[in-house]
Amino acid sequence: MNETSLNISIREVTKKYDQFYALKDVSLEIKSGEFMTLLGPSGSGKTTLLMVLAGFTNPDYGSVKFGDEEVILKPPHLRGIGMVFQNYALFPHMTVEQNVGYPQKLRGVSTAETKRSVEEALSTVKLEGLGHRGINELSGGQRQRVALARAIVFKPKILLMDEPLSALDKKLREEMQIELRQLHDTLNMTTVYVTHDQKEALTMSDRITVINDGELMQLGTPNEIYEHPNNHFIADFIGESSLLPVAVRNGKASLNGEEITLAEKTKKSGDFLLVVRPEKAFLADKKVKGSNYFVGNLIDSIFQGESQLLVVELNSGDDDGREVRVRVPNESVTQKALPLVGENVTIGLKVADSYVVS
Amino acid sequence: MTIAEMEKPNERGLQQVAANERLTFFGLTLPYLLMVTALIVIPVGWLFYLSFIGRDGSLSFENYERMMKSKAYIRIFLTTFKISILTTIICAAIGYPLAYFMSQLSRKWANICMIGVLIPFWTSLLVRTYAWLVLLQKKGLLNNMAIEMGLISEPIKIVHNTTGTLIGMVHIMLPFLILPLYANMRAIDKDTLKAASSLGATPTRAFWTVFFPLSLPGLLAGLLIVFVLCLGFYVTPAILGGGRVIMAAMKISSNIELYFSWGAASALGVVLLVVTGIILFIASKLVSMDQLGNR
Amino acid sequence: MSFLNKNVSETQIRLKDRLWLYIFSYLILFLLIVPSLVVIPMSFSASQYLEFPPKEWSLRWYENYFFAWKVENGFNDWMQATWTSLKVAILTIFVATPIGTMAAYGLVNSNSRLGKILFPIFISPMMVPIILVAIGLFYFFVQFKLVGSIFGLVLGHSLVAMPLVLIIVFSALKNYDMNQEKVARSLGATRFRAFREITLPQIKFSIISASLIAFLTSFDEIIISLFVAGGDNSTITRSMFLALRDQIDPTIAAISTILIVISSGLLIIIQLIGNKENKKD
Repeated sequence: MNETSLNISIREVTKKYDQFYALKDVSLEIKSGEFMTLLGPSGSGKTTLLMVLAGFTNPDYGSVKFGDEEVILKPPHLRGIGMVFQNYALFPHMTVEQNVGYPQKLRGVSTAETKRSVEEALSTVKLEGLGHRGINELSGGQRQRVALARAIVFKPKILLMDEPLSALDKKLREEMQIELRQLHDTLNMTTVYVTHDQKEALTMSDRITVINDGELMQLGTPNEIYEHPNNHFIADFIGESSLLPVAVRNGKASLNGEEITLAEKTKKSGDFLLVVRPEKAFLADKKVKGSNYFVGNLIDSIFQGESQLLVVELNSGDDDGREVRVRVPNESVTQKALPLVGENVTIGLKVADSYVVS
Repeated sequence: MTIAEMEKPNERGLQQVAANERLTFFGLTLPYLLMVTALIVIPVGWLFYLSFIGRDGSLSFENYERMMKSKAYIRIFLTTFKISILTTIICAAIGYPLAYFMSQLSRKWANICMIGVLIPFWTSLLVRTYAWLVLLQKKGLLNNMAIEMGLISEPIKIVHNTTGTLIGMVHIMLPFLILPLYANMRAIDKDTLKAASSLGATPTRAFWTVFFPLSLPGLLAGLLIVFVLCLGFYVTPAILGGGRVIMAAMKISSNIELYFSWGAASALGVVLLVVTGIILFIASKLVSMDQLGNR
Repeated sequence: MSFLNKNVSETQIRLKDRLWLYIFSYLILFLLIVPSLVVIPMSFSASQYLEFPPKEWSLRWYENYFFAWKVENGFNDWMQATWTSLKVAILTIFVATPIGTMAAYGLVNSNSRLGKILFPIFISPMMVPIILVAIGLFYFFVQFKLVGSIFGLVLGHSLVAMPLVLIIVFSALKNYDMNQEKVARSLGATRFRAFREITLPQIKFSIISASLIAFLTSFDEIIISLFVAGGDNSTITRSMFLALRDQIDPTIAAISTILIVISSGLLIIIQLIGNKENKKD
């Protein structure tokens, strides 16, 4: 175990409000030094779980261990965590320096040592020399950094972040994502990060926990979650995808009556959904082996800068779940003439990319 | 460790933590709660009890029966309601245009006008009542001026009667109507009016079909506060009414000060409380309590 | 007169169509402020009779208030009543402000169901007819021999001041970001320390305003004082009221002038504090 970080062990954490479960029997192991993201739509329970870790929400039952120590009954101020809130929650009546030094003051650290650690924390977040500024003189990005410096100044072994980047504009947010990740790699503390932004989660995390309706849906690396979603909720929530109904009978899969080949043979019969990622589908001139093909009518063609998004309505089948999206990279847009809206097109999807979810 | 505890780890400990938390916050409100209980609930409850005690010390409706039969009491009720209703109506008639006017001004000018509302609001009730007495009496400023200007030859009586009481009460109650009403009007999105006129409404029509309905919660809150406060009013009618305007609160007071008649005073007080309670209950159904408390 | 055609509302109403409203509103504002102010020149009149404008000026009514230890027709000793009022009002600050502030903090942090029950109870002193509260307190205080005592007055006045403190501090806390307190606690502060070092400095102006309003409420209170005060401990407003019911003593004009100065002064301070707090956002 690394001495700058602690593993977190969450077991059977349950929180019920009246008839509604905010958290339902959540168990989760977070490794020491890991960047773990709790990902889910709003109201999924991800923030509730973070607040349970911080000690601000009391679950009905469950266990939370930092290292080997049970902390679930400890008040927040004894848990020794660093925390960054969504709206930063900086103290407006204190300067940057006083904000960052506050945890040290609470710990009775000497003035000289506080000064040194504050300077160190400020330089870690690239805010050297701004210590005397008031909070109101800072930009959104700078406030974010102060909040971060305040959370890491006392070198906590666990850092909790609740959607810390959601108030920033897109460009700054993307810069900060990379910076936060680098910061984590330098400081190596266990980080639990809450977000509803799947792209952010994919960019930053070692592992992602997807939460919905208070339940843990899937736990895995960004790659695993993106490439092999457990169910249609995750397939839909993470990345773009078109979901097409597939019937599996006696080991044979068919979509709207036409047989298709899946990457993995499914033994169980039943109704599933084929996940078609737009960037994995392609426009096909001719059918070759090793891919599945769908014929349809091009109903919309949208220029999106780096790519062209084609919306195709499949010819066969019922009314819903007919739509497939295909992303054609910009380079080929210029090389190849695109079909026009209203034309019939054939879409291909490699067998290796053809998987179904329940 | 029992099986139940193994199934639900830390359940009991967490319940304890949650209970402690609730207790902490409840504990913070406890001194307040104790004050209100000791100084309002118990004493008023005691008065409630006294109102059902007859002359011979037994439980009876005697006090209420006597009140219902007495012409004097009926007159007091009628006076109380008459004065309260008139004050409320006059306040609305004066306050609504003024609040509307202020809501249409820029923040800066509205704040300056607001000082005009707040100064009387925070000036001692007694001082304002006294000022009206000085202004309205027979040899007072108003009569003198009117005589000098030749409007009247003899001083007219405008104080120590209903007119004087009404003038004083309207002056004192007006801020209570304006404050919630103005806050409500300020909060009305001005774009709704623009939208109405862009859709072809004349200014008058836009006002009556859009602005007025949106200002109703504030108006209602103001009217209720004024009416409820009027019902229990004492100082102003006592001084400006000159003994000719007797409202319920004054009768309660004189029952105790002059006659030591606790039963009668309590019964009248209970009636006043019940009427106030009913109005506030209806009010809480119509507007949120927060608004009523918004001074 | 081109300014009459200026648009004065969102719905393009011109000033000349609105002129009546302007005149009416300024007249009402005039009538709201000026009547209270007539007592000021009156208080400097030399005459026993209330004439306006006074023919001769003098300070005799102020002298009467400050130095005539016993007014001839004998209602009260004004200075003593003033001291009682001041003492009671200051003590009321120290009772009503902490109790109201604590309750506001508890209310903000407790769940909404409890709040819905407690809030109407908490503002009941503003809702129950004050005369009823007064005679209830009188009856209650008789049992405990508190009638005519400073302590009894402070309790009664605190009761009516507490809802005002509660409402002011409650709305300040509503506008305050409680996450700051959470952050402080996550960083290692106990709840009490987080309140003292993080929350309190940020709502202190509201608390000061609330305490000034508590002072003013107590200082102006009449009805409870009428029943609860007595003997040596009459309050200034009680003495004024008793004097007014019988005859018009110009000394009251002098006292009224002083009261207007006190209220206006405190109001200005409260407004300045309000501006200061708003500017910080």
